[in-house]
Amino acid sequence: MNRQTMTISLDVNGQRHVLDTAAHHSLLDVLRNDLDLIGTKECCAEGECGACTVWMDGKAVNSCLVLAVEADGGEITTIEGLAGEGELSPLQSAFIEEGAVQCGFCIPGMVMAAAYLLEHNERPTEAEIREALSGNLCRCAGYKRIVRAVQRAAGSGP
Amino acid sequence: MFGYARPRSLPEALELIAGGGRPLAGGTDLLVGLRKGKISADRVVDLKGIEDLAPAIERVGEAVEISAGTPISDIVAHPVVRADYPALVAAASAVGSIQIRNRATLVGNICNASPAADTAPPLLVYGASVVVFGPGGERTIPLAEFFLGPGRTALAADELVVRLVLPPSMCSAAFARLTRRRGVDLATVSVCCGVDSDGTVRFALGAAGPRPLVVEDTTGTLADPAAPEEATSSRISEMMEAATPISDVRAGADYRRAMLEVLAQKTLAEARAQAGARS
Repeated sequence: MNRQTMTISLDVNGQRHVLDTAAHHSLLDVLRNDLDLIGTKECCAEGECGACTVWMDGKAVNSCLVLAVEADGGEITTIEGLAGEGELSPLQSAFIEEGAVQCGFCIPGMVMAAAYLLEHNERPTEAEIREALSGNLCRCAGYKRIVRAVQRAAGSGP
Repeated sequence: MFGYARPRSLPEALELIAGGGRPLAGGTDLLVGLRKGKISADRVVDLKGIEDLAPAIERVGEAVEISAGTPISDIVAHPVVRADYPALVAAASAVGSIQIRNRATLVGNICNASPAADTAPPLLVYGASVVVFGPGGERTIPLAEFFLGPGRTALAADELVVRLVLPPSMCSAAFARLTRRRGVDLATVSVCCGVDSDGTVRFALGAAGPRPLVVEDTTGTLADPAAPEEATSSRISEMMEAATPISDVRAGADYRRAMLEVLAQKTLAEARAQAGARS
């Protein structure tokens, strides 16, 4: 077994962090355990569920499938970075207004995946929303309201 | 637990790999395999620091070359790939999810050599090959000779695929896959059909045997839209006999065989329609 520690630098939600991490630790491990950003969730840990979705250098990724050392020098946005000073983003507000949150565990990943869609497609169709969220599982199966929340945020309601 | 290296050059990477390091591109299969203990490696060798492998899709003469570091999302968005290799776009769009496609590479999908790899059937139909770098320099391997079995390729232990080459697209092709759910699932079976302008029809089959399989019809029956339906379907049944699917958690072998025929008919109809529209 090869345990190797490396020093990395991450820009997370606009704040620079320099820290030591084991080479086999994921970006998700570092966000949650070292930086205390526990909005990003760990669920399947194999890229099936999307609960750990963050943006890395502007792209939505599963943070469980990125090694922290691979993210060295990268720019990370987590759910904590989406809201402005003391106010939620319109997408986050739409999730609340539509009652799209049941147990809530999948929601940070859902919001990050949906925000990534809206960044590239301001007025997505329902099919495009469903496609964009197909890598995010909700075990409460509350998909309908989640889709509606994204539609509301996009101003493309049903 | 494993170590990490980020070489800057191909020769440096080869040395690390020859020493037991495991190449890391997108990591979407490798990291899962390492965590589950299905893959063991003392060290992963991250290829993303090597300039020669940086994401790039380029026209070289009439061909299109895709570097080993190119993530699948770049490929499905690329205008040239979309225009000339639509069946590859269809298959690549089915890989995992957006989050996976933003990391996973096409070359990585090929090097994993899963019999069910979504992108293998269209790449075989389009006649793709891989360029491999090793101690003796570069060599080219046609993809049809690259897959040896589940997880096994023609790559030597001290070689790396550096890019994938798509020759000029000479055929009309269509791709279809069967899954248990629409998103984020491995194919139960997949089929890509290509209709050449000379009347050759090729099917590449995924999850139909230990490696992606190609079967070819040169009788002209399948390419002929006026051929009687019975002739077409009996020719397809005959060709699908080459498939040797397994029974597993996704489907039984008999169901896979039956569905291969269904997908073959469907993709043939689509590819023929495209060929008709072209001429």
